[in-house]
Amino acid sequence: MYTELFDKISFSEAKEKVLSKSKIDIESSLHSSYSGKPLNFEEYLSLLHPLADSYLEEMAERALNWTKKRFGNTISLYMPMYLSNECRSSCVYCGFSFENKIPRKTLNESEIRAESEVLYSKGIRHLLILTGEDYSITNLEYLRSAVRILKSYFDSISIEIYPMDQEKYEILIGEGVEGLVVYQETYDPETYSKYHLRGMKKNMRYRLDAPDRGGLAGFRRIGVGALLGLSDPYGEMFRLGEHAHYLSKKYWRTTIQISLPRMRPAEGEFDKTIFVSDREYVRFLFALRLFLPDSGLVQSTRESIHMRNHLAGMPITHMSVESRTDPGGYSGGEELKQFEIEDSRKIEEFTEMLRKKGLDPVFKDFDRAFLQVPDRIV
Amino acid sequence: MAQSDDLIIAGRRFKSRLFLGTGKFSSGASLEQAIHSSETEVVTVALRRVDLSSTEDDILTKIDRERILLLPNTSGARDAEEAVRLARLSRELGGGDWVKLEVTPDPVYLLPDPIETLKAAKILVKEGFNVLPYINADPILCKHLEEAGCATVMPLGSPIGTNQGIRTLANLEIIIEQSNIPVVVDAGLGLPSHAAQAMELGADAVLVNTAIAIAKDPAKIAYAFKLATEAGRISRLYSNSGISTSKKASASSPLTGFLEEESRNVHGVI
Repeated sequence: MYTELFDKISFSEAKEKVLSKSKIDIESSLHSSYSGKPLNFEEYLSLLHPLADSYLEEMAERALNWTKKRFGNTISLYMPMYLSNECRSSCVYCGFSFENKIPRKTLNESEIRAESEVLYSKGIRHLLILTGEDYSITNLEYLRSAVRILKSYFDSISIEIYPMDQEKYEILIGEGVEGLVVYQETYDPETYSKYHLRGMKKNMRYRLDAPDRGGLAGFRRIGVGALLGLSDPYGEMFRLGEHAHYLSKKYWRTTIQISLPRMRPAEGEFDKTIFVSDREYVRFLFALRLFLPDSGLVQSTRESIHMRNHLAGMPITHMSVESRTDPGGYSGGEELKQFEIEDSRKIEEFTEMLRKKGLDPVFKDFDRAFLQVPDRIV
Repeated sequence: MAQSDDLIIAGRRFKSRLFLGTGKFSSGASLEQAIHSSETEVVTVALRRVDLSSTEDDILTKIDRERILLLPNTSGARDAEEAVRLARLSRELGGGDWVKLEVTPDPVYLLPDPIETLKAAKILVKEGFNVLPYINADPILCKHLEEAGCATVMPLGSPIGTNQGIRTLANLEIIIEQSNIPVVVDAGLGLPSHAAQAMELGADAVLVNTAIAIAKDPAKIAYAFKLATEAGRISRLYSNSGISTSKKASASSPLTGFLEEESRNVHGVI
């Protein structure tokens, strides 16, 4: 389990390890990036260092090269569907936090169908379903019923819900779920306990090993991520790189994806965000690409149009589009969103931008036939 | 070499990363000299060639089992059943729990059978053996063997006894990159430079037999292999391996110029 690796070095030591890198280390890492092989972990850490900013253009060139080599000129598109904003956990930075007195909603079967039809009509075949952390309302049976409906519309279904036991993951895979996304939020234990006040989510280690349980259960894709802005970004990037690398080595049948969301405004009064500049954010992404060239790098509509336009294909490979973060939002529900999005372009406009850049927007890159689930009914 | 760079297989620590095969030596004395000058700590012997129950076996008497791991191999086995039988016999006769699993149904090229090897590995691991399987350089097979609980994988560099060096480069690179257990490049290494190349690639160890056993002076060549193995390892650890030419960034920053374009920068600020 990843926690065994995690326990070997503290968060502050991890941060110091990054910041102890020198200009020589950075130059040596860049030099290695020309060898045609992925960087090793120490080389990856060097490129996270602020001094690597002087070499950003060179990093960009290498990142573009790797991305093209491994993913070609394609961008895989997906859309999120929020099934519920019910949440029993209190995470101080999240709009769904139990403490926030917002209207709560969980989609019923007909509402799930209504949402599905909207997304399907937009050409979307890869779906990410999300819930808050309410183990009773959005329980396993609820999720199974939802997936049974959704799989008649979508080829690929991934879940971004509360962490589960391996056995429950296996049941959802049996229903037709292909991918698992579990963002750690922060890998800093101190910050984690400070910002996760109540509820199941308070158990950091259970969350840390959730991707392992997903790997053991047999998900074909597993996404990990850190929410930049909660704790020291160097410590987070050390951990995220370490975690993704560990998973890709251990669960060799599973594709590992990485996401690097930055904090966005949300319901509540959280004001402790640690600023991560565009330049830093881009440097982190380039370093990840040079370290893990086979991992999909996922970018959501949290980022600006400007950033998304320029990072598509270099190094970003998977993007959400036209997202609504409120349950029922696509088919005309109330405003119950989890956080503010930045890029609200319609799919048509977004894909046109991609095509102008010479990138191919991919709507379908998986088939239900792999999972032996029933044929499409729409 | 620092203590921390010791090779660990199934919990046992080795300073030497050169394994020695014992077939093809001209005499017990020649083998003994090669063992001495190579400073090897792992010597593999064909179960079909030795008499484990004898204290006077010509090969076995040359191996100091206090210092050197005797690694019995199942060479000659044509399928999983035969290999398992040999391994069990070895243990019964005091050969210990270690086995180099070889299943080679083809008597001409002696290429390993992946299906039977995996089958035998699963059985032997369950029976408590430390299994070191000899295989073709097949990255997927390596992952299956790793999952089965093998102690190492031992992919070939080129067909056994051919001295062609590393002809499976592309696959060995993938195996080394993906493996969570030690990778020992076995078979085909004909020159010390081949051993150095394998170590530079990132192999954890190499196994050599023919190139040493049939050399004009096996002891001298065994020493050369020792040095080459160490040189390759040091090179792997401390140089920028595989470097081609570096390319400097252009002044106009065409790929990252967008970071200067927009002064508005509110991301992450609430």
